[in-house]
Amino acid sequence: MRAAAILPWIPVFPLIGFLVNGLLYLVSHSKLGGKDAPKGPHGHGDDSHDDHGHGEHEEIPFASVHSIIGPAACALSFLASLLAIAAWWGETHGHESIVATLWSWMPMGENATWFGAKALALDAAFRIDALSALMLFFVTLIGTLIHVYSVGYMGHDPGYGRYFSYLNLFMFAMLTLVLGASLPVMFVGWEGVGLCSYLLIGFYWTKTWAADAGKKAFVVNRIGDFGFVLGIFGCFALFGTTDFDRMFALASADPARYAAGGLMTAVCLALFIGACGKSAQIPLYVWLPDAMAGPTPVSALIHAATMVTAGVYMVARCNGFYRISHEWALKVLGEHPTIGGLLTHDASFVVAVVGGATALFAATMGLAQTDIKKVLAYSTVSQLGYMFLGCGALAFSSGMFHVFTHAWFKACLFLGAGSVIHALGGEQDMTKMGGLRKLIPHTFLTMFVATLAIAGVPGLAGFFSKDAILAETWGAGYKVLWALAVLTAGLTAFYMFRLIKMTFYGTFRGTPEQLKHVHESPASMTVPLYVLAAGAAVVGWLGIPKFILGKENAFESFLEPVILKLPAGWAAEAHEMSHSTEWSLMLTSVGVAFAGIGLAWVFYSGAYPFAMPARIAASLGGFYRLVRDKYRVDELYEAVFVNGLIKKGGRFLWEIDARVVDLIPNGAAGLALGLSHVSSWFDRTFVDGAVNGVGNMFQAAFRGMHRVQTGRAQNYALTMAVGIFGFVCLYLLLK
Amino acid sequence: MNGLLSLLIFLPVVGTLVVLFVPREKPSVVRWVTTLFAGAEFLLSLPLWTFAGFRRSGDFFFRETHDWIPSLGAKYALGVDGISALLILLTTLLSFISVYASFTAITKREKEYYVFLLLLETGMVGVFCALDFFLFYVFWEVMLVPMYFLIGIWGGPRKLYAAIKFFLYTLAGSVVMLLAIIALYFFNTSGFLWWKGLGNPATFDIVHFQAIASSIPPDLQLWLFWAFFLGFAIKVPMFPFHTWLPDAHVEAPTAGSVILAGVLLKMGTYGFLRFSLPLCPDALASPARFLGLTSVGWVAALSIVGIIYGSMVAMVQKDMKKLVAYSSVAHLGFVMLGLFALNNAGIQGGILQSINHGLSTGGLFLLVGIVYERTHTRMIADYGGLSGVMPVYAMLFMVILLASIGLPLLNGFVGEFTILTGVFLADWRWAAWASLGVILGAAYMLWLYQRVFFGELTNEKNKGLEDVNLREILTLAPLIAMCFWIGLYPKPFFEMTAKSAEKIVAAVSAPHVRRAAQESAARLASAAPLAVLPPAVPAAAAPEVK
Repeated sequence: MRAAAILPWIPVFPLIGFLVNGLLYLVSHSKLGGKDAPKGPHGHGDDSHDDHGHGEHEEIPFASVHSIIGPAACALSFLASLLAIAAWWGETHGHESIVATLWSWMPMGENATWFGAKALALDAAFRIDALSALMLFFVTLIGTLIHVYSVGYMGHDPGYGRYFSYLNLFMFAMLTLVLGASLPVMFVGWEGVGLCSYLLIGFYWTKTWAADAGKKAFVVNRIGDFGFVLGIFGCFALFGTTDFDRMFALASADPARYAAGGLMTAVCLALFIGACGKSAQIPLYVWLPDAMAGPTPVSALIHAATMVTAGVYMVARCNGFYRISHEWALKVLGEHPTIGGLLTHDASFVVAVVGGATALFAATMGLAQTDIKKVLAYSTVSQLGYMFLGCGALAFSSGMFHVFTHAWFKACLFLGAGSVIHALGGEQDMTKMGGLRKLIPHTFLTMFVATLAIAGVPGLAGFFSKDAILAETWGAGYKVLWALAVLTAGLTAFYMFRLIKMTFYGTFRGTPEQLKHVHESPASMTVPLYVLAAGAAVVGWLGIPKFILGKENAFESFLEPVILKLPAGWAAEAHEMSHSTEWSLMLTSVGVAFAGIGLAWVFYSGAYPFAMPARIAASLGGFYRLVRDKYRVDELYEAVFVNGLIKKGGRFLWEIDARVVDLIPNGAAGLALGLSHVSSWFDRTFVDGAVNGVGNMFQAAFRGMHRVQTGRAQNYALTMAVGIFGFVCLYLLLK
Repeated sequence: MNGLLSLLIFLPVVGTLVVLFVPREKPSVVRWVTTLFAGAEFLLSLPLWTFAGFRRSGDFFFRETHDWIPSLGAKYALGVDGISALLILLTTLLSFISVYASFTAITKREKEYYVFLLLLETGMVGVFCALDFFLFYVFWEVMLVPMYFLIGIWGGPRKLYAAIKFFLYTLAGSVVMLLAIIALYFFNTSGFLWWKGLGNPATFDIVHFQAIASSIPPDLQLWLFWAFFLGFAIKVPMFPFHTWLPDAHVEAPTAGSVILAGVLLKMGTYGFLRFSLPLCPDALASPARFLGLTSVGWVAALSIVGIIYGSMVAMVQKDMKKLVAYSSVAHLGFVMLGLFALNNAGIQGGILQSINHGLSTGGLFLLVGIVYERTHTRMIADYGGLSGVMPVYAMLFMVILLASIGLPLLNGFVGEFTILTGVFLADWRWAAWASLGVILGAAYMLWLYQRVFFGELTNEKNKGLEDVNLREILTLAPLIAMCFWIGLYPKPFFEMTAKSAEKIVAAVSAPHVRRAAQESAARLASAAPLAVLPPAVPAAAAPEVK
């Protein structure tokens, strides 16, 4: 089968799954009424975030059907992806893209674009190339694992069917995003995953915090989408098409034309606003930590492994644009550009700065969190920053490599955290954990491997990808950003081992009932954990750099065809570094990572409360509290935007509406009424006098006539007959 | 197919007569007779969809012309192009649904109610069919009467205030529009004031007026444009003429709100398309500015203000219907902005978004009506946690809501996206401002949803709420199906409007083409060697490149 014939099937399977699960759920709940009011958090206050409890086990309608269809839809999609990738490889050897056009979606008429070209109609089309093949592979595989895990994790939830229908819908949207052959089709998936994210974050909808978090995620993402759509329109105005293949061909043929006047930079920056929303970068990162209100497998799938990396994917997809913007900026700014000049001219530099800053900022917030999922959430924000740092340094394949490795270890960490929460009956506070190593050994082992991977321990997945980004940042000459990123690496190792120590070492700090209840999760949950942990250990080997093995970096070669070919003078030369530099960079980052691990190990040993951290926190005082409270950014946004601008502004405008704008009709009506009173007075006094005189005259004249009105039909009939007779006579006489 | 339009206009009148003969003690017969006629009307309008001519040319088809008032030159002239055909289809669909949706909502004076609904349909279809200004004006005014009674008799507590405000406000606008029509009439014949007439025989023929548009002097065009503007802007309604809308919506019965939002508002945008744009191209092309903005700039600015203002005010509403009403102000701002991008994408997007707004906002009003019928309150604070007791209702509400906030694969996205593409090409800053409305739209709608459906079910009265029944699902199903159809495969809809939109674009760019021709002639006369002709791009569509 040809790849083009297989592509449409990849998202169709989850779509079918969504429809079947959703219909069964509605059918079974429509008449029952109130069965799916989700149970509250199990035995904790309202500040507990993952609503995972084991309440009374009710019979869940169609449970076994949901358990099969949900994961199966995703697994079929995985198989179809493998087939499509194989077919695509066979047809092009990975060098070309293949497009499957489904139907003509929006023929928007003949429109002249900025350069006078005729704009093209927009097709609903899917496209596969090396970049989307990579995404397809891990999104469907990890997606399937998390679906399987969910069978165990969500098995007791009354909203089980609803859960799987949303999760399947998410897969459909995510695959549309990955496969989209143009920016608008990508945007379909982009909004679709946003919707599913909204629905799944607010899955426990009876809880205000869950519903709030869902809405916040959607609205903050919409702010990003604002940029994304402007970027799409910009591309449309520039190229007359938003089709990837066509746009890239035009851009690579004549970059100077599209770069002129900073047009390409503007488009890149607009697109990057979209990426900041979806991939939680400063200043739009605030929704992701709150998104932990959703069930933990959702956090693993959507808010760690797949959806949140969509922004990186989009930037990598448009790598040619960012490189054109970069080269244009260098041409405009000359030999020694200032930082201010770069920030206003070079979109890729903005990406690097935002990514580097987010990485460090989020890592510091991760240091002081005690909620196990919150630590992982800030870690995700931080790692996403890393990915953007790589893309900003124009090392798109390194950025994507980190997307790929991160998917494995972060999914493993989240699912591990889910397993811990499951074991403790909904507990998420790490200060109430401890000593779980022996009680849930499988969870511990897999999480430990993933932690080693994210901390950058040599040989594991995170090590290779993180190191590649660090080296490229150095090579691009962004030394300050490199230093920040190394510092971030140390902080990452520290907070991750803090998490491990607080959760699995020491003595148990929860309640005796919890301790009695602790159990290892079922196989449906541990098997996916092991698969992901194995991935976290080995997938990094795909991208071992050349200076170690002596042969080309396999991952880089695979993505090589995706990097847009630009004419001479527009393509940056590769940053050639000496082997000694590469080795010393690597040793530095490894050293920092081990320092972080060592510090955490020392700090969080011994009895709770841990002496060292407490002393440091006390000595830092206000600054510590600021970090613990996430720099109070949420409160600031809430005060300025939500309550200030939107609510107060809305109320103010409403007052204006009622008091000022409504004056137009009401004032006019009042005026008319006033004038009517004046004329009525005139009428009564002068006009009526005359009219009434005439009226009185007539009244007198006709007073006699009213006797005719007897109200008896016969009289009228008689009168009528007489009248008709008279008229007929008159007619005959005159004829 | 000659006579189809007359049939569509007068079939509801026949229905009215039949209903009048049904004894009022048998309301169910009244209901079913009305449903039958509304259904037949919808089926009879379907040939407008299948007719291939609209997809080939932007001319008027199904034309009928009869003398009516010869002394004035007024004719009974009908005809539709792709744009009016789509709007008629929307009208017949929404009217049918409104009738079906009123079965349990209306319990007093049913006979009169259904008579007015049918008469309203006659007026609406007539407006979209008329090709004679006189006839157009008659239908335009006739339609107000049944709506006035629908609000005034079957409305809420402040129904009289709302009905009178609606009636007088729109009437005020129409009178100014009538002045413009009369001015056109006299310009075509004898002339008036200082404008020399064309000396043509007296006529109200719209097609004729469109043909002579280029000979209307620019200063007269400017007067005409703003006179028409007032008439149509009140109907749309554009900021700051919108205040009648929330009142009318809140007080109107559900079906009244559906028709009001779905069809009546579209008459305003239709008026702009049919008259303002083709008749006043020089006014649109004029670089003359008032307070720094051209005429087009003013309309665009008011549209953008409407989008942001409407959304912000919708955010703080406590009454569901009022919220949806203000969201209409914002949505119609989008439509207007698209029309005044004066390019293909903008105009076609604007037309499609008119249809979309009819479907999704009509759907939202039906949905609010469903719970209102059960609880007799529209206050958001009285709800909360409905997802538990009404899961199917919650799902339907979510789908329509997503259509309304422009989620891709649903209709709203296609409309907004096309509009914004056109607007971006006209002036990217307009698009940037308008896109802010997309963010706000998501915010107020999701907040509404959260307060109504999420959280604990705290209001005791809501604990026993029944989920939607089959009839209610059936009233919503066609709307939802249409939302998906337009979202997934809007091509047939765009094809319906493409040729007419091209005609309008050609009309509004005529002054630019003329100017370019004059300039090139002048250049040729001065024999400039190898002069490169500038492309004939309308100023509004010209790049706003830094």
